Amino acid sequence: MAKVIGQAIKRKEDPRLITGEAKFLDDIQLPNMAYVAILRSPYAHARIKSIDTSKAAALPGVIGVFTGKDFMDINPLPCAWQAGGVKNNVNTPRVLEPEKVTFTGAGVACVVAESRYIAEDALALIEVDWEPLPVVVDAKKATEPGAPQIHENAPNNIVMEWECGDAAAVEKAFAEAEIVIKQPLINQRLIPTPMETRGCAAMYLPYTDEYTVWITSQAPHVHRLLMTAFVFGIPETKMRVISPQVGGGFGAKIFMYPEYPLVAALAKKVGRPVKWQETRSENYRATTHGRDHITELEVAAKKDGTVTALRVHTYANLGGVLSTVAPGIPTTLYGRLLSGAYHIPHIYCKVWGVYTNTGMVDAYRGAGRPEATYVVERAMDLVARETGLDPAEVRRRNFIRPEEFPYAPADNILAGLKYDSGNYEPALNRALELAGYDEFRKQQAEARKQGRLLGVGLSSYIEICGIAPSAWIGLPNQGWGAGLWESANVRVHLTGKVVVTTGSQNHGQGHETTIAQVVAEELGVSVDDVIVQHSDTLGTPFGYGTYGSRSAAVGTVAVYNSLQRIKEKARKLAAHLLEAAEEDIVYEDGKLFVKGSPDKAKTIQEIAAAAAIGYSLPKGMEPFLDDTAYYDPPNCTFPFGTHVCMVEVDPETGAVQILKYVAVDDVGNVINPMIVDGQIHGGIVQGVGQALTEGAIYDENGQLLTGTMTEYAIPKASLMPKIIQDRTVTPTPVNPLGIKGAGEAGTIAATPAVVNAVVDALSHLGVKHIDMPLTPQRVWAAMQRN
Amino acid sequence: MKREVTITVNGVTHTRTVEPRLLLVHFLRDELGLTGTNIGCDSSQCGACTVHLDGQAVKSCTVLAVQADGCRVTTIEGLANGKLHPLQQAFWEKHGLQCGFCTPGMIMASADLLSRNPNPTEEEIRRGLEGNLCRCTGYQNIVAAVQAAAEMMKK
Repeated sequence: MAKVIGQAIKRKEDPRLITGEAKFLDDIQLPNMAYVAILRSPYAHARIKSIDTSKAAALPGVIGVFTGKDFMDINPLPCAWQAGGVKNNVNTPRVLEPEKVTFTGAGVACVVAESRYIAEDALALIEVDWEPLPVVVDAKKATEPGAPQIHENAPNNIVMEWECGDAAAVEKAFAEAEIVIKQPLINQRLIPTPMETRGCAAMYLPYTDEYTVWITSQAPHVHRLLMTAFVFGIPETKMRVISPQVGGGFGAKIFMYPEYPLVAALAKKVGRPVKWQETRSENYRATTHGRDHITELEVAAKKDGTVTALRVHTYANLGGVLSTVAPGIPTTLYGRLLSGAYHIPHIYCKVWGVYTNTGMVDAYRGAGRPEATYVVERAMDLVARETGLDPAEVRRRNFIRPEEFPYAPADNILAGLKYDSGNYEPALNRALELAGYDEFRKQQAEARKQGRLLGVGLSSYIEICGIAPSAWIGLPNQGWGAGLWESANVRVHLTGKVVVTTGSQNHGQGHETTIAQVVAEELGVSVDDVIVQHSDTLGTPFGYGTYGSRSAAVGTVAVYNSLQRIKEKARKLAAHLLEAAEEDIVYEDGKLFVKGSPDKAKTIQEIAAAAAIGYSLPKGMEPFLDDTAYYDPPNCTFPFGTHVCMVEVDPETGAVQILKYVAVDDVGNVINPMIVDGQIHGGIVQGVGQALTEGAIYDENGQLLTGTMTEYAIPKASLMPKIIQDRTVTPTPVNPLGIKGAGEAGTIAATPAVVNAVVDALSHLGVKHIDMPLTPQRVWAAMQRN
Repeated sequence: MKREVTITVNGVTHTRTVEPRLLLVHFLRDELGLTGTNIGCDSSQCGACTVHLDGQAVKSCTVLAVQADGCRVTTIEGLANGKLHPLQQAFWEKHGLQCGFCTPGMIMASADLLSRNPNPTEEEIRRGLEGNLCRCTGYQNIVAAVQAAAEMMKK
């Protein structure tokens, strides 16, 4: 039988999506359903003096109007990852803010009505008497004396001060350094922008006090846990959470948001099923943003390009209130990655997490790792610039060598973990070869003579994938208060068809196909005979969901482990039926037979039927082929690669055109190359979006100037040429499949590759750095300054 | 001041009494239950709601139902005719979708593009689909799918 793992199989989930049959949240229609609309604060920082809902309540078709005071029995949302020793200053949203708002877009009142049009009409009739307060939006300024104080329990607006590495060793390395480089870097705020906004629908059964809640969720079990145990304080058994077809997430759909308990509570209050679907303008204000770091980078190096130390100070803007895992992103998932692909002898990182009058900030595709990679990859180019060496050569001289794996980065910055496996130089060399790097350098020199501006940028990234080891992610004062293992259940039904449930959540990644491929390979059944179920707390074991590139390296390995136990039981049963010793049974291509007698085989379907019918089982064997696994990996996985971007800058306008983009990635073994390539394409274009076009901008009053898709520029099809791709394969020893994960690599790699290319194009003009996004205006201005 | 409109959607004629402000996309989704057409923004940028109005691609969030009175509308649900349309087939084969939310609009816009230009270059496809945003695929496999569909439609 041909191998199924590694094949570019068409996705099993696609037919419903290409025909319009898939049911997204807003497609859910329940009998007698009512519609919710939310009134949001127009001020970034203000006290609510009073709210008059009488006119809105009087509008025909309005079922009810509510304010924060109606929900004081519901707890504020939890902040589940209080990394960096966050203490006594956690401020999180309530379902509707009763007294004070700390960012524009915070919900303060809501309407339930017979139609969404009436609900919106009624919002306009609610009268709020506001007392505006002073505003601060910049994370560094917010910590300075005299800045407006947003929360009484957070002096100087500081959420936490976190550090990793060895400050004294770094100080010594800088004192002895031949070269010292300092560079301020801004990693601008981004808006995740999945094409589907968030939404929630709920119904409530009064006589049993049970809720059913549909959420656009990347982690339905986590949503249920947080909503029942923390927000409502009710037993988990009283709620079922279903995540329907989800239209992308990129991190933003992991978190607990005020609207979900609000909608559930409204279903109870009005005694009807209710639905709320966010508009895009609401999404840009009320859904989490990503990144937003102000960083001071310092690099110590030798004249030969060897980096001897990094010192990184970062102010991370966390918004007006804390989202679910906000403090974990600029700490554990950022500082711990600052060694990148390089053997850097000493590293120190200090992070200030800061409240400002802006929207909540939490994980966005890559989540901390793109910010770290941007720092490291800009550092490598700055060293190349200072030493006059080629950027590729500087990377080669600093790479961790293949014989150094497993590799522990300096000064225990990775808190006990080690890079699993890697071989960085072949990926770099292959990328340079595909890009025609040496030839391009010649063209660049020629072009400069004619006044044309060509540039090339590299990014030799690593990623931390398979976000888990519970023992690591749960470190005291660092971790979130839970594990990060994943669950799977495999059942081979009487008909021989296989039903898999996973705690992972598919919102575009193709789990229904890739997991089926692993099942087909292991059991020797057809991919068509496997169904992968997910996203409903009813009928699936608890699982942590999909983010942090963990569905392949954690979730799918849980499935694999279950399959091994299913096979073991099948062998036992085959031995019984074939009257042979278990150790003599061979399992090959879906058939079980006594070694040397393949003609007298039992198929796995026959074994499954025998196990299900159960009238001839070995003594002590339970019926049915059914197994549940909980997999907590011993380590994360660390994919890597090199991306090369070539650009031309228009000397008249500063406009950047991408001429060529090459990506050579190593994500370990690959289950479905078509899906992995697709993940990387999408990741790259999001990373290019950060480099060139995207940026959430708040003015000094805390108004979001990029509040619709008209102002916030996500990439269009015309932004990029076709990406040229290749792979190297360095399997991980962490799991038996050798897979590392691929969800975020593209986003992590692309941003510095593009920025390095644009700065390279302008290097002869004296330009050393330009902050993102590299809009024509910014590029042109940088050219004029130098 | 509701008004009566008669709109033929996917070959079936529907008469409804609607508010003049009702958007065509809400008419399709809420009145007719055709939820394949999605809504991704509120500023006519994203193109997720693209349908054909008298044979031409329009963003149905930017058309009032009353403006479509007497017109023919084709949605994603009306594109397959017993078997998948070549574009649907090609999006599937070339992995032209991930989360699938933009896909109905993307396919309808691509159908319009191919009806006007049966042999588009890569550049023409990228320019032609500028009004439809996708956050998952980076567009690479969407372009490949449109190219593949163009080939299929020649046969």
